[in-house]
Amino acid sequence: MERKIRVLVAKPGLDGHDRGAKVIARALRDDGMEVIYTGLRQTPEQIVQAAIQEDADVIALSILSGAHNHLFPRVTELLAAKGVSDVLVIGGGVIPEDDYEFLKSRGVAAVFGPGTPTKSTIDFIRTNLKRS
Amino acid sequence: MSDSDNLKKALGPWKSGVEKSISKFPERRSRFVTGSGSPVERLYTPVDLEGRDYLTDIGLPGEYPYTRGVQNTMYRGRLWTMRQYAGFSNAEESNKRYKFLLEQGTTGLSIAFDLPTQIGYDSDHPLAAGEVGKVGVAIDSLADMEVLFDGIPLDKVSTSMTINAPAAVLLAMYIAVAEKQGVGADKLNGTIQNDILKEYVARGTYIFPPAPSMRLITNIFEYCSKSVPNWNTISISGYHIREAGSTASQEVAFTLADGIAYVAAAVKAGLDVDEFGPRLSFFFNAHNDLFEEVAKFRAARRIWAGIMRDRFGAKNPKSWMLRFHTQTGGSTLTAQQPDNNVVRVAIQALSAVLGGTQSLHTNSRDEALALPTEASVRIALRTQQIIAYESGAAETVDPLAGSYYVESLTNRIEQEAQAYLKRVDELGGAVKAIEQGYVQQEIQDSAYRYQMEVEKGERIVVGLNKFQISEPKPEGLLRVDPAVGERQVAKIRELRAQRDGARVKAALATLESAAKGDANLMPPILEAVRAYATLGEVCDVLRGVFGEYRPSVMF
Repeated sequence: MERKIRVLVAKPGLDGHDRGAKVIARALRDDGMEVIYTGLRQTPEQIVQAAIQEDADVIALSILSGAHNHLFPRVTELLAAKGVSDVLVIGGGVIPEDDYEFLKSRGVAAVFGPGTPTKSTIDFIRTNLKRS
Repeated sequence: MSDSDNLKKALGPWKSGVEKSISKFPERRSRFVTGSGSPVERLYTPVDLEGRDYLTDIGLPGEYPYTRGVQNTMYRGRLWTMRQYAGFSNAEESNKRYKFLLEQGTTGLSIAFDLPTQIGYDSDHPLAAGEVGKVGVAIDSLADMEVLFDGIPLDKVSTSMTINAPAAVLLAMYIAVAEKQGVGADKLNGTIQNDILKEYVARGTYIFPPAPSMRLITNIFEYCSKSVPNWNTISISGYHIREAGSTASQEVAFTLADGIAYVAAAVKAGLDVDEFGPRLSFFFNAHNDLFEEVAKFRAARRIWAGIMRDRFGAKNPKSWMLRFHTQTGGSTLTAQQPDNNVVRVAIQALSAVLGGTQSLHTNSRDEALALPTEASVRIALRTQQIIAYESGAAETVDPLAGSYYVESLTNRIEQEAQAYLKRVDELGGAVKAIEQGYVQQEIQDSAYRYQMEVEKGERIVVGLNKFQISEPKPEGLLRVDPAVGERQVAKIRELRAQRDGARVKAALATLESAAKGDANLMPPILEAVRAYATLGEVCDVLRGVFGEYRPSVMF
């Protein structure tokens, strides 16, 4: 049997808005993926550790506090420091488009803004998975 | 033959006529629903209101059950308070924004704190990195609070503070700033949100577990009833429950269920319900469906009046009145074609006014993208002023009362909310229902259903899943200066070096022993903030005694 795609949905930082994170978690699960949701207030260290422990193929970060430019790159740096290069990192939330390029340059493969259909995220994951 | 019989007789042939015409010209959809997904009939008539008694169920404004409003003249006497939630960066910047808002005709302040402040961390805490000054103003100590209200006379404004887990500390700082301005606590007007239960459910800025959190809240009720008599000690909030995806009926039900838990806790602690009951206030969302929202506000007032009078035996009519603040629905704003949000906000704000709100925040068009600019905030405020002075909606009391549709919706929301309240009671009350995840699950199911309806195109969101255009990248968004964090860290280190360390230490020790016992914690917290103990230090003492809340995660 084919192994299911494993996704860690994570909320870095301090904001408590996780409607989007929970909706995307459920949509990915309904699409047949294995989904772990971390809950609120996770440090980049906790997120990376959970991703490794859970053998996640994808880390989906959600943030609405404005701290994305600080916290997202911390996640990709820590992954690199642990020698993990085959985990797809994506992000979503209230993130100004002006920041997309910066985040992409730091290893966040895609950023999904408000109003993105869950299908777009699902398709992106299926197309861009680093592990086969 | 009565009017009702005549009507029923007339409806028969009318319905046959309708059947005939829709067989030729079908209606736009096979099923019509409200914003919350409840069915909407083609026509509402007096038949839908049969069995209801005007005086018992609707009544007169300013009288039980307050369906038509809590004051007898409503906005003919005084308009609602136009209160724009604001705050970002540091105390200096926010102070400037408040003065701008006051000059523009806003009539009450509403303070947004940054997340470290809301969770009781100082700006130099490791978890605060990247968050300082982002979604609100950073307040570390009384020194910041003094700057925040510099030149704003606290006996002249009413101030609402969106602060929950550390509400006692920020209230203490406000009282201490007033002391320095020579304003007694008995002259202060305002509100602290102080609603921890919805933090566990929907907003996320909790610190302590439920039991000590409820104690802090009860301590505030008791302290304020004696020392800060005009203060609204809690703003029991449905806003965030709705933002998390609930329906209108769930918003009413889970908010009032939380309200019941607070009242029960205070009564259990020995307070008289009529001592604190009049100072309870509420906070609701104004969502897209104009009529459903108006009905929601009216239903909430009617249910709460019954709860306070009949369940808790309150005697003072002021305890029966559900007074509330409203904010337009942030989650309804689209990042696509953001100027359309001005129109959404206008309709939502109108629902709040037609629903009899006591104060109102209108969202800015750019809030799905970033914090609002001054220009956007001005349009949002002008929207309220246009409703107040041009629309005619404020000239008579409860203008939609008697609409067969609105009265039917009011009855339906009341029934649905009562059913949820019964379920929460069966689970052992709001605290238990939250601990078991029942409330969260109900809300998440509604949120997911809504998202799927949008994605299948069953629900149209203009500019999002219909009438899209290709747009240039939005320009001119507000950005918080990234150096704010560093400046705030430098400031707090300077404060720690300069203050009377022995006095701080003694005050924190007194607080600790009070927390271990069962004394009211407001006086020792007030003494600690007067000594310039930081917010983080005060919260750390309480964390040490109370522990921290660990949520169960589900989706």
